[in-house]
Amino acid sequence: MADHDDGNPLWDASIDRRELLKRGAVAGGALAAAGVLPRHAFGALPGAAGNVTFYSNQLAQVAESEAFRKTLLQGFDGKVDAIFAASDAEFDTRVRTEARANKGTVDVLGALHGNYTTLEDKNYLLDLSDIAKDFTTGKYAIAKNLMTLGKLGTNKQYYMPWMQATYLMAANKKVLPLLPKGAKINRLTYGQLNQWAKNIEAKNGKRLGFPASSNGLIHRFFQGFLVPAFSGGVVTTFKTPQAAAGWTWMKGAWSHTHPQSLTYGFMQDPLLSEEVLLAFDHVARLKNALELRANDFVVFPAPTGPKGLAYMPVLAGLAIPKTASNIPGAKALIRHLLSRSTQAKTLSSVGFYPVVAGRLSKRVSSGLRAEANAVKIQQTSPKALPSLLPIGLGGEGGNFNTVYRNAFTRIVIKGEPTTAVLADEAANLQAIMDKTGAPCWKPDPPSNGACKVK
Amino acid sequence: MASVAQPAAQARRARRWEGLPYWLVLPTLAYLVIFFAWPTIQAFGLAFREDGVWTLDAFDTMVNDLRFKEALRVTLILIVVIIPLQFALAVAMALLVNAQLRARGFFLYVFLLPLAISDLAAGIVWSSIFTERGYLNTVLEKLGIIDTPYIWLDFQKESLLLFTIVVAEIWRSTALLMIILVAGLQGIPKEFNEAAGVFGAGFWQRLWHVTLPMLKPSIQVALLLRVILAFEVFATVIAIAGEGTTTLAAEAYRWENTNQDENVAAAYASLILVLSLVSAGIILRFLRTRKEQLLR
Amino acid sequence: MTARAALGRIGVHLAAILLALWVLIPIYFITLAAFSTQESVYQYPKALLPTDLSTDTMSFFLHSEGIVPSLQRSVIVALLTLVISLGIGTPAGYALARFSFRGADTFRLSVVGTRAFPIVILSIPLAVTFVRWGIDDTVYGVAFAHTALALPFAVLVTSSVFAGISVELEEAAMTLGCSRASAIARVILPLALPGLAAAAIFVFIISWNEVFAAAILTLQHRTLPAQVLAVLNASPLPFKFAGGFFLLAPSLIVILIIRKYLFNMWGRVVK
Repeated sequence: MADHDDGNPLWDASIDRRELLKRGAVAGGALAAAGVLPRHAFGALPGAAGNVTFYSNQLAQVAESEAFRKTLLQGFDGKVDAIFAASDAEFDTRVRTEARANKGTVDVLGALHGNYTTLEDKNYLLDLSDIAKDFTTGKYAIAKNLMTLGKLGTNKQYYMPWMQATYLMAANKKVLPLLPKGAKINRLTYGQLNQWAKNIEAKNGKRLGFPASSNGLIHRFFQGFLVPAFSGGVVTTFKTPQAAAGWTWMKGAWSHTHPQSLTYGFMQDPLLSEEVLLAFDHVARLKNALELRANDFVVFPAPTGPKGLAYMPVLAGLAIPKTASNIPGAKALIRHLLSRSTQAKTLSSVGFYPVVAGRLSKRVSSGLRAEANAVKIQQTSPKALPSLLPIGLGGEGGNFNTVYRNAFTRIVIKGEPTTAVLADEAANLQAIMDKTGAPCWKPDPPSNGACKVK
Repeated sequence: MASVAQPAAQARRARRWEGLPYWLVLPTLAYLVIFFAWPTIQAFGLAFREDGVWTLDAFDTMVNDLRFKEALRVTLILIVVIIPLQFALAVAMALLVNAQLRARGFFLYVFLLPLAISDLAAGIVWSSIFTERGYLNTVLEKLGIIDTPYIWLDFQKESLLLFTIVVAEIWRSTALLMIILVAGLQGIPKEFNEAAGVFGAGFWQRLWHVTLPMLKPSIQVALLLRVILAFEVFATVIAIAGEGTTTLAAEAYRWENTNQDENVAAAYASLILVLSLVSAGIILRFLRTRKEQLLR
Repeated sequence: MTARAALGRIGVHLAAILLALWVLIPIYFITLAAFSTQESVYQYPKALLPTDLSTDTMSFFLHSEGIVPSLQRSVIVALLTLVISLGIGTPAGYALARFSFRGADTFRLSVVGTRAFPIVILSIPLAVTFVRWGIDDTVYGVAFAHTALALPFAVLVTSSVFAGISVELEEAAMTLGCSRASAIARVILPLALPGLAAAAIFVFIISWNEVFAAAILTLQHRTLPAQVLAVLNASPLPFKFAGGFFLLAPSLIVILIIRKYLFNMWGRVVK
């Protein structure tokens, strides 16, 4: 168990620790900046905020975790032990273990919205309303819709939005000439995308790629893009004929898709090795390709379907478990990561977008700048249809994903009849909704009580 | 080769040290009860209980899952194919290492190397070999055997996909068998083979009638361990085939990690346990070694 | 040597060389890839010769936080596992080999049976227990879990080692006036040492390579594979190779050191 004993009698005083920390941090930071006092010379303390243990299931890639430690933690007055989970499962197991044992070492959690909604008990997280109120107004406020997500459907702030991402498409410039006539890359329709993949197959073989391995995010493609773009909803419209049309599209696209897609988890690798020339994936999983050979790739928004340009915004947030041993330090770390200067550095260092308003730092590489542009086009399109990550599913989040994955396996890979499969899986989906009582979320219309598949 | 019995002395010894084996065995037993049996019961419990209620739901889900049959089938196929093949290979390697070869230290070292490689690393190595734009195709193209890269990891060609897994697994896990067999070979006195040779037995006859029977205890150990481990193979399968195929252990891993459903994962794990124990029982029955065979 | 015998010798050497190549070539590939530039890792046809070398990926990886301490921890865990499992398992192996006592077969089967339950699923209740005992996230916790994994090997291998040593030797020593204990120490153990060394190597390597349980049982005090698992799962290909190579490199060295000891086993005849 980490030792958080500061050893300084000052902490026994009745002064408000948070105030003292704030002042200490400001003073120390100012002095360090002025070069008057090296940060280490801050007495015997490891920094005013003390030892803080940060545990996240994001930024696991070596380059990104180092960037977090060296760039994003710069200027923080405290000693942060930043640990990055090897997998989502490890993260969830760890959190669950500490929650059940009712003691732990983690002070700050950094995870996705989806992880917080699948906690066994929300109240394992502290209410961060005191921090939240500093970010609701002003020039560098965090958008209200993001803050609302952090409330997990209640009026307590369970997590603070930290950084955002989304999913995009990427193509090797070699295949741009194969675009169907009249197709504009930033405004493709699903039909045009399929035709493009077909043209590519004629010349280069099956070079469309999807992250369909078990740690790939293809289920987000179905939940956030395919099904809503064709049917206008995620849960309510699951077995409508429009949704079926979407799966039929997928069948067609899959026939032009590289068979090894079932082994791909991160599309940047097959894009760089050119096994795949046209791909869909999370921005952080395309980043390496864009940075290594920015001139070889183009990034563009997802296609538009009959019901619009459906896309899935991704939100990462910071939370404090109630088993934390250094709560003031934890809060200080959260404030630091949300500060304007740190937020400005997130894109160039870790590939995620900031949550506070304001412009991107100048240090962003051309590849990432292109990516940011595509994200903007996607978000601001008049046909934009944001499809959120599931809310309120608790421990059933995995099963929810399985419904879409099984639909894919059965319809697209095994060739079972679409309507029958959708009816079947709709029953599973409804069972999950009923079990959790989760109400519908965007783009489905709001519901009274559990979301119902029509 | 019968032993010269000394019944009286043996009986005396037997009486005095009757309790000894139990004392020798106690530490192991105690350790395994604390650190294995108890957590296993807890984990087993996960398969039969959900939120404190006794239920067969987890097993129901497992058996009706669309990938269950495939997982079971593929696991059994892999075991039936891989184990005989790698046994033959391991015996060959063990004999080679034991023979008076030049640079035998080098060969021993090399044959042992895959032991040093964790399943995960082995999966990465072989996936980089079999991937379309990978090492195998590079070599084949250079040798002129193919014109364009061939897709080995094609989920639509199940035999091919399983073949790649078989190759990777044999590469990765044969060293374990070899080392057990080598240790066993050490215990076979040279005179036996020499004597058989004097009586005109050729290499294969000696192998079949002298060496292999004397290796029986080692073979039993090796087979037992290897079969049990084979039921648990998943890291190489996932690394090479992704979602293209699956095994029981891979499903257990996925239900635990991706679906976060520890109950179904425990159900799979329980099935693996049962199948492994049944196989172990079969092996012990057929390869029963009587101590008298070993005493000279 | 007759022509046929000579041909036989060549054939045998050829077989050994081919097998050695089969083992070495994939290792060569991963080493090459780990020490190549990022670009060359992605190119096709793949570079088969070391033309585009670079230590960039490896050095970035080595300098990233936590790698060296995790290496130390892996060594400690593996040594602890070795000591505990051989310490506990060898007597049991001896008992199985020398005595046919009631319950021997059951014992053997249950020891082996423990290995039949996937360690990944087992780690979950173990982790909770370790937290309660206060050894969570320590080398001891991981060593205990690894010992549970390795004990069946230790018991079975030592039992077959002892079974292969003639019991008459002990009896002869005891007839000459030794107690059983000193008969074992003076006569049996020296003969068993090579086999025990093999058992020790297994156990060390089992512990060294174990990834998934270690990842669940540790948080801040990771073992090397647990630390690298992040790389292998979530990083671009060059880092995967660097991580994979880094995982196997220490084992390559360990085996190199220990093999000299194994080499002495040869030609030894048990009379």
